[in-house]
Order: sequence, then structure tokens, then C-alpha cells
Amino acid sequence: MNRSKPLTRALQYLALLGYIAFLAFPLLWMLSTSFKTPQEVVELHPSLIPREPTLDNYTSAFEQQHLARAAWNSLQVSVGSAVLTVVIALPAAYALARVRSRINTLATAWILLSQLFPFILLVIPLFIILKGASLTNSLFGLILVYVTWSLPFALWMLQGFVRGIPRELEEAAAMDGASRFQTLWRIVAPLLAPGVVAVTLFAFISSWNEFFFALVLLKRPELATLPLELAKFVGIEGIARLGPLAAGSLMATVPSLIFFAFLQRRLTSGGLAGAVKG
Amino acid sequence: MKRLTPRKVAAVALAATMAVGSLTACGSGDDSADGPVKLRFLSLAWQEASVAANQKLVNDWNAAHSDIQIEYVQGSWDSVHDQLLTSFEGGDAPDIIHYEAALSGQFAQMGYLADLKDIVPADLKGEIGQNVWDTVTTPDGAVFGVPFLLESQVVIANKKLLDEASIPVPTADAPWTWDEFAVNAKKLTKGDTFGTAWPLKQPVNRVLNLGLNYDGKYFQNTDGKNSVVFGPAEQEVPRRIHDMVYTDKSAAPDALGMGGTDPLPGFFGGKYAMLPGSIYLRQQMVEQAPEGFEWVTLPPLKGLSQNQSANPQTLSISEASEHKDEAMQFMANFLSPANQAELAKGDWLIPTGKTAGEQLVASTEGKDGWDVAVASANSLVLAPFQTVPEFSEWKSKIATPAFQEYFADTITLDELGKRLVDGGADIIK
Repeated sequence: MNRSKPLTRALQYLALLGYIAFLAFPLLWMLSTSFKTPQEVVELHPSLIPREPTLDNYTSAFEQQHLARAAWNSLQVSVGSAVLTVVIALPAAYALARVRSRINTLATAWILLSQLFPFILLVIPLFIILKGASLTNSLFGLILVYVTWSLPFALWMLQGFVRGIPRELEEAAAMDGASRFQTLWRIVAPLLAPGVVAVTLFAFISSWNEFFFALVLLKRPELATLPLELAKFVGIEGIARLGPLAAGSLMATVPSLIFFAFLQRRLTSGGLAGAVKG
Repeated sequence: MKRLTPRKVAAVALAATMAVGSLTACGSGDDSADGPVKLRFLSLAWQEASVAANQKLVNDWNAAHSDIQIEYVQGSWDSVHDQLLTSFEGGDAPDIIHYEAALSGQFAQMGYLADLKDIVPADLKGEIGQNVWDTVTTPDGAVFGVPFLLESQVVIANKKLLDEASIPVPTADAPWTWDEFAVNAKKLTKGDTFGTAWPLKQPVNRVLNLGLNYDGKYFQNTDGKNSVVFGPAEQEVPRRIHDMVYTDKSAAPDALGMGGTDPLPGFFGGKYAMLPGSIYLRQQMVEQAPEGFEWVTLPPLKGLSQNQSANPQTLSISEASEHKDEAMQFMANFLSPANQAELAKGDWLIPTGKTAGEQLVASTEGKDGWDVAVASANSLVLAPFQTVPEFSEWKSKIATPAFQEYFADTITLDELGKRLVDGGADIIK
């Protein structure tokens, strides 16, 4: 058994490497394409490493489309959506998980039901409502839509995390004189960190990548988010300017990757190990 | 792990509130009642040169017309239909809309586009042929757009391979017939090289367009009711393509599942000698062909005629726009012959205006296939399928899978016809 262990471990690493390569390949290909000349992009036998690397695609992407401005818009919308989603979802999820009442059952069912409606069904009524409230052509209006869209999933996810926290910890805090609010923010919230991080990431990334609502709600060019700008590299009959598109897409991917790398360490759970004995 | 104290929570909430407050300021401002007329122009230009040409024309207009200001909004072909639909339904449509005749027609039927019949200037109207105006005219005579860019189907060929096979390049006056095309494709098929590649991932429009070469109508209207027909005339083009792939073996079978530009690597690599496709493929030739690669644009193929369907790009005015006359003033300027030629050049398409076409051929000296491109506009006509409201549904549910199966050689020509006709009868009630 012991003799086979190094071999097993080696195979495990090999499988892991293969999996990582599989996941990373599209990103690598995008990176490679972004540095290729138009001629190299359509070669019959393409290579991963560009033969004559060029920055023309980046220049073209930034000159033709307002990618920096769009990235700033996307960042505002994504951070705003992520923060608001967490701020609303955290106490709501706690209440749904801890307080037992008929309303909770109804609320939970409603959350589930709200996920059944497709985008296209909602978009026109939503547009009319937001227009009535002067919230079309507004990044804040878009944030509200994204928060509404992310909340059901955030609530479901955070509920599960709240249920995983032993009630005894809260009872102990109450016995020490903590109020409900203090218990939530001083005891429960820190233990929910992995859940909060997961929800933040979900809300951020889904807002960062979202295209359709932004397309419908934002008419003014100066408010366009990144996915809207990137779509402009695709023309009639799906023909794309692949080089600038790859360059623009890569620039659009980087902030998500940085955000994820920054927060993923906090995704680890286990903070509760040994919290309640017996 | 650091604790979230109430103070920190309050700070986060305050920051979020401030952010929200500042973002609210990003909203739109309403047009001032006393200021200039402001018009929103949704453009679908996407090529670098075309976007630059569009923006320049708008900037020049704005500089010269302080009373009518145009806001240029760049849209995307990929999503414009949904964008327009929600805009129309929500009452916030752009004033001037760039789109294509076939799909604009749907919006016209829904009452979203203004009738331009009485406001199109006579000189602009006279520049464009009636065959093209027909594509933007509803059955009751309303004109829902001004057509300005056309697309035709041609053949791009590898000049070196043609020369090696001693095949002369046909001219616009003496185009190849389908028979000649098949014979030459066979001649060019050697070793690893196929004579041609038919990218037919989306086969319906291509086949129905080219079907007009043999007067294939695919739809007929009897006593006011549309129905699908698949007689000898309609069978010609699909049968000929099928034969090139499976009988002559001069067309590459692997290309059948490709989109319009997917065979380019194979074409540049010498795997395919000729590439039937849209006139805009010339741009890819100029920008992406390897150094020293010689290519030539062959005129549209001829059956009984060179007829193809015309589905021009259009400029329309929203019915809800309060400034239709001002919008038309801008459009007339935007589509002047010189401007049209510039726009067509940027998109590698054909201007609808006669003078614009002549100017374009003169300015380019007919190089890069511009002579063939402009001449091909004469054969573009309104096809019967363009007037059938149920065409989109028939295309996606019936015709696309049926043609794909036929070209994959899994059903016969008779079975294809039965599927098209019976499916049409189910959809067109």
C-alpha cells in the first residue's frame, strides 16, 4: 500500500495538472490571440505562441471602444451590487433561518418561485417600471436590477450557512447580555465569512459579466459597461474582429481574476471546529 | 478573523449609500425644451473604418447644424433586435435606427417605424433603384426605411491556383454559370486541395438567395395565402451543391458545418481553391491574407439569371420620434452619394445609390473587387420569402434542420422537399 502511494500521488497531480490546463486553455488561447497579427489569427495550423507578437490589438481595442470608461462603469455597478446584495441578504437570511413563522415559509417559497421567470419575460415590465422611476440610463437603476437578481440565490446560500452555526453560540452570547443585533454582527457575521465571500463573489461576477439588462437599460454611450463595449467587436452574421476582441476580453477578465484571488482565501471554512463541545 | 463591529457596518452602509448617491447622478438628463433638437442615432457600424466614417459624418453634421444635434450610439448586430424591441415597447426608442430591411419590416408591421414615403427627398429617392425600394415598402405602400448598403454573394478565388489550372478569371460581363463553376471546381480539386468550400452552417438564407438564379421562389402566394413550393426550380441550387460535395467530390465536406468566415484558414492555406461567400469577405482578404497571397473576386454565378435577394441595411425613423423631418434632413445628408460611398467602403458592402457606386469604383479604380461588387447590385431583387411573415419561424424550425440533414446526406432531395412543404403548411396557417 505504502509503495503505491507515490505513484497514486503522482497520478493525482497529473490529473490535477490536466484539469488546470483544461480550465486555463481558453484563457491562454485568448492571451495568445490578443498578441497575434490578423494574418496569424486565421492560419491553417495555429500556434499557441505568437510568431510576431504585436500590441496592435490592444491599441485598436482601446482606441475604438471606450474600454477604460466601460471598465470603470462595470466596476461601480459590480461593487455596488455586491455590497448591497450582502447588506440586504445577511440579515434577511438570518431571519429566514432562525425565526420560525408562516411568513418565512411563504418567503422561502417566493424566493424559489422568483427564480423560475426567464430574463426575457421580465425585461419589458422592468424597463417600464424603471423608466417611470427615472432609473433607466442610470447605473444605480442597473445596480438595483442586479441586486434584485442576485438576492434570491444569496439568500438561499446564506441561509444554509446560518443554519450551520450552532444556536448554542448565540444563546451563549445572549446569556452574556448581547442584543439580537450584537449577536448577529459580532458572533454570527464573522462566522459567516466564507458564505459572505461566496455571495459577494457571486454578485460581483454576475454583475460584471451581465449583458442583457445593461443593453436594455443603458442607452447612453458614456454609461456602457464592459460586456456592451465588447459586443461591438462582433459584427454582422457573427463575424468578429478576433484580435481586438481577445485583447478587450482579456482586459475584462483581469479584474474578476484579481477580485477572486483576493477573496478566495476567505472562502475556506472550518472556523467553527471545536466551537461547541459535547 | 477580524470582527465586524457595528461601526464598521455603519461605515460600509454609509459608503454604499454615498456610492449609490453618486451613481444616481449618472442618470440621463432630459432634453431641454428650448435647446436644439436632439436626435439619438443608433448605428450598427462595427468595422474600424466604418465606425470612424460614421462618427466623422455625425461630428461634421453637429458642427454645421447647431439647431439639430445628433447623439451617436453604437449598437451591436448581435443584440440589436432585443434592444430595439424593448426600446419600442418601453417607449424609449432611438429616433434614427440603422438595421436591415427584412427585420425592420417586422417592426414596421408592428407600427413602430414611421412611413417615410412623403418625406424622402426626391434626389435621394431617385438615386436608389425601385428593386431596392421594394424591399422597404409594405404591401400597403408605406416606406419604413431608406436602404443604403447592399450585400451580394460572390466567389473569392485563389488566383495562383486558377492560373496553375489555366482557368481564366471571369468578368462581370461574362460570369460563370453554375455548370462552369462545377467544372472548374473539379479541375481545381487535386491532392489535399478541394475546388471549393460551401460554408453552410446557416444554409437557409444562402440557398434561398442563390435559388433565385434558377427562379426558385420557395414561397408562393395564392389567393392571399402563402405556401412553400419545392419544384424543379427550387431544387436546382441545393442539388448542385450536394452533387459537388458527394458526387463530384470537388467541395470539401468538412466546410458544410462552418460559418461564413470559418473556411478562411483553409482558403489561405490552399486547402480550398474557391470560396463562395458574401461580398464583404474581401475585407478579410485584404486584412488577413498572408503576404503574397493573390486573390480575385469572381462575379455572382449565373443560372437562368444572376438574381439574388436584396436585404439592404436601412435607416429608419421611429414612429414615436417627435422630429421626423429633422431626422430625415440628417439622413439625407448622411446618405449623400459621397458619404454613401465612404460608408460602403468602410463596411466593404455595396452602396444602394447609383452615383455612390460610380464614385466608389472610380475612387478605388475597381481594385479589391469593387468593380465586381458594384456591378452585382444590379441583380439584387426582392425575393418572395422576404414578404412572408412566418419566414423566420419556418426557417428556424423547419428549413434549417432539413437543409442541414440534406447537406449531411442523411435525407434525399425528395425528403427535403416534403419536410419544407409540410413544415411550411403547419406553420403558415
